[in-house]
Amino acid sequence: MTDDNSLWMSGNEAIAMGAYEAGVKVASGYPGTPSTEIMENLSKYEGVYTEWAPNEKVGLEVAIGASFAGVRAFATMKHVGVNVAADPLFTASYTGVRGGLVVITADDPEMHSSQNEQDNRNYAYAAKLPMIEPSEPAEAKDLLKDAFELSEKFDTPVLFRITTRVAHVKGVLQKGDMRESAATCGIEKAPAKIVMLPANARARRKVVEERTAKLMEVAEGDAFNRVEEGDRKRGFITGGVSYLYVKEAFPEAAVLKLGMSWPLPEKKIKEFAASVDELFIVEELDPFLEYHIKAMGVECHGKDLIPNQGELNTAIVRSSIDPDSAPELFAPAELPMRPPNMCAGCPHRGVFFNLSRMKDVFVSGDIGCYTLGFLPPLSAMDSCVCMGASVTIAHGMAKALGDEGKGKLVSVIGDSTFIHTGINGLINSVYNDSKTVLVILDNRITAMTGQQNNPASGHNIKGEAANAINIEELCHAVGVKHVEVVNPHDIAECRKALKTALELDEMAVVISRAPCVLLPEMKKAEHRPYNTKTENCAGCMACVKLGCPAISWTNITPEEAVAKGYKEKQKGFAVINEVQCNGCGQCAALCKFEAINREGE
Amino acid sequence: MAATGNILFSGVGGQGILLASEVTAYALLSAGYDAKKSEVHGMAQRGGSVTAQLRYGDKVYSPLIEPGRADILISFEMMEAARYLPYLHAKSKVVVNTQQIKPPAVAMGKIPYPADVLDSISSRGITVVSVDAFDIARDAGEVKAANIVMVGAMSAFLPMDVEVYENIITTRIPERFREVNMKAFAAGRKITA
Ligand SMILES: Cc1ncc(C[n+]2csc(CCOP(=O)(O)OP(=O)(O)O)c2C)c(N)n1
Repeated sequence: MTDDNSLWMSGNEAIAMGAYEAGVKVASGYPGTPSTEIMENLSKYEGVYTEWAPNEKVGLEVAIGASFAGVRAFATMKHVGVNVAADPLFTASYTGVRGGLVVITADDPEMHSSQNEQDNRNYAYAAKLPMIEPSEPAEAKDLLKDAFELSEKFDTPVLFRITTRVAHVKGVLQKGDMRESAATCGIEKAPAKIVMLPANARARRKVVEERTAKLMEVAEGDAFNRVEEGDRKRGFITGGVSYLYVKEAFPEAAVLKLGMSWPLPEKKIKEFAASVDELFIVEELDPFLEYHIKAMGVECHGKDLIPNQGELNTAIVRSSIDPDSAPELFAPAELPMRPPNMCAGCPHRGVFFNLSRMKDVFVSGDIGCYTLGFLPPLSAMDSCVCMGASVTIAHGMAKALGDEGKGKLVSVIGDSTFIHTGINGLINSVYNDSKTVLVILDNRITAMTGQQNNPASGHNIKGEAANAINIEELCHAVGVKHVEVVNPHDIAECRKALKTALELDEMAVVISRAPCVLLPEMKKAEHRPYNTKTENCAGCMACVKLGCPAISWTNITPEEAVAKGYKEKQKGFAVINEVQCNGCGQCAALCKFEAINREGE
Repeated sequence: MAATGNILFSGVGGQGILLASEVTAYALLSAGYDAKKSEVHGMAQRGGSVTAQLRYGDKVYSPLIEPGRADILISFEMMEAARYLPYLHAKSKVVVNTQQIKPPAVAMGKIPYPADVLDSISSRGITVVSVDAFDIARDAGEVKAANIVMVGAMSAFLPMDVEVYENIITTRIPERFREVNMKAFAAGRKITA
């Protein structure tokens, strides 16, 4: 039930508010679904310094620095971002904190917007850090504030794990009290604690074990982990969003809800297990709780019944445990798929169209909107592993292929991704003499995650003017001699630039530069769409092969062709949807029959 | 515990599903219900199939609607309504915008837009209300208000009075769009009420 004081917020909005209420002073993050809106929202609160970092390792180190200076600090990232930030994370576990330090890991079971579905609870175990896991927005806000207190009290970074169905779920919550750090801001030298050379690290290693023992005591209490009374024939141990599915699938059952996924309360778990006839562990992805609970010598069901891939939901939880409960459903209708697509007028399309024409070229891809260049009809991406891996994988292939790879290896990377982890790869390619082509798709923004500014955009997280990296100068500075900037909407110029670069016997860079059509200034610009003079269309499909969502093709019969005044063998014609068209002109450049025009031209 | 009501919003990225689901959520909240809503952000928004799932009741735990339990399906694109057939039950109400947005394979002429796509729903005895939301919104003064036309049409299947929605539109939508959205809502509501 709701009242007038209730707020309606997503998990990410709630977490931003929780960070504000917790008295966070410095926050740094790199965008990544489903974490992005936390930093976007936090940047709107007064009195909190927020920034977009170029990558997650940088972001976490900034937060560690702020914590060392005695203020509450916060780092946000998606699950795979923790891989990038793992280096500082594992050693910050040894140094501990001064101001409270909480690190968000936003996991994406089901891979709604990710390249893998790793379960980052494993990081808590591996880095010996406590992990807090809320189930819903209201709880996320409250637990985040508690996490900062836990961090300061036990001198530890705290991992705070959310999943897509916490981050992007809206729920009802209330404003809370403001809290403050127990630390004082200032320079404080504590070399034995924060200079991690072997002798100091060995001493800290012991402290980490003692800390874990103390945290286990906290876990045994009720602050994070509670037993909800109920029927003891079946008992459930669960946490995160899975708790909600258990409550709906088995509303009568006793539940041990773990808000702290690491370290685990062994006594509490054993007591609960002993009090129920049958014990079920319900968790998404890995059997993380299950393995650790089984290691305690407790018998339980877990992944023998519950899937270890993808998201759970109430129906899956219920029918995994009671297979007969699965309801009869209407069979799905057979429908064409509707995958995402690059926008009408997307500058990336010009590059991928040209690459799609170069059949013997291997395109080593990267992550961003431009990964959609993989999809038909362009189908112009041949590998994509992780951020920054385009230029490095092309280099590895070049070294393996030798002469056979000459003139055939192109890597493509977005501006944000280039700055994230592409620069190191480019340095390697120059240093170790790659002779491949790197295309930097500079659309001035981090588009895929919703248009966040980045170090090349000229604006900071708040939209204020900021120093902008000059990408061509940077490429020259690391030793690239051939750097050419092209307008990707000019298909012919773009092709020429790619060809020239491929013919060189050295590491070459082509910068494709045109703004993302979703940028506010592009949306505000005068709408000048192209239109189709269908009577001129010869049915060659050149424009259709761009795969632009504003262009559609209509099939016709020979009779219809004749009736329309076309040649009998013309199979159809193309039409531009002028509402959708963003006027990039790529299709007009491809049309040889003057069927695509723009008013006033 | 009173049963939880489930509303599934479906359509194509960029159609204004989020705003429509927000207006509906605020209406439910101001009527005193607890609610949860699950949204899709990120990659899928680039013209892909998208949904928002809204659940309400005395106390809502899960943010996801179970297959077979959507009481209302409100689809902003015609074919997208049929995509969620397994979420429907015999008494579901389906409100569909008749606008067709061609998916890539259709736009490239490889396959036709599926014919009689709504029959796959109505042949199961499910109530289907077709709404020409685009034209209705244009008549109301702004094609972009098509999503509010849809909310208006759906509102007849929910327990709140018209005033509740009007109040939400007045307080939650920027002033310059208010009048158009009021008109759009009323025109949509007229179809079903
Ligand atoms: C380590 C890691 N962090 C974050 C992400 C999420 N993510 C994927 S691509 C991308 C940036 C895309 O920006 P850009 O390279 O500029 O390409 P655009 O989308 O603008 O075309 C982000 C933030 C990720 N996949 N991996």
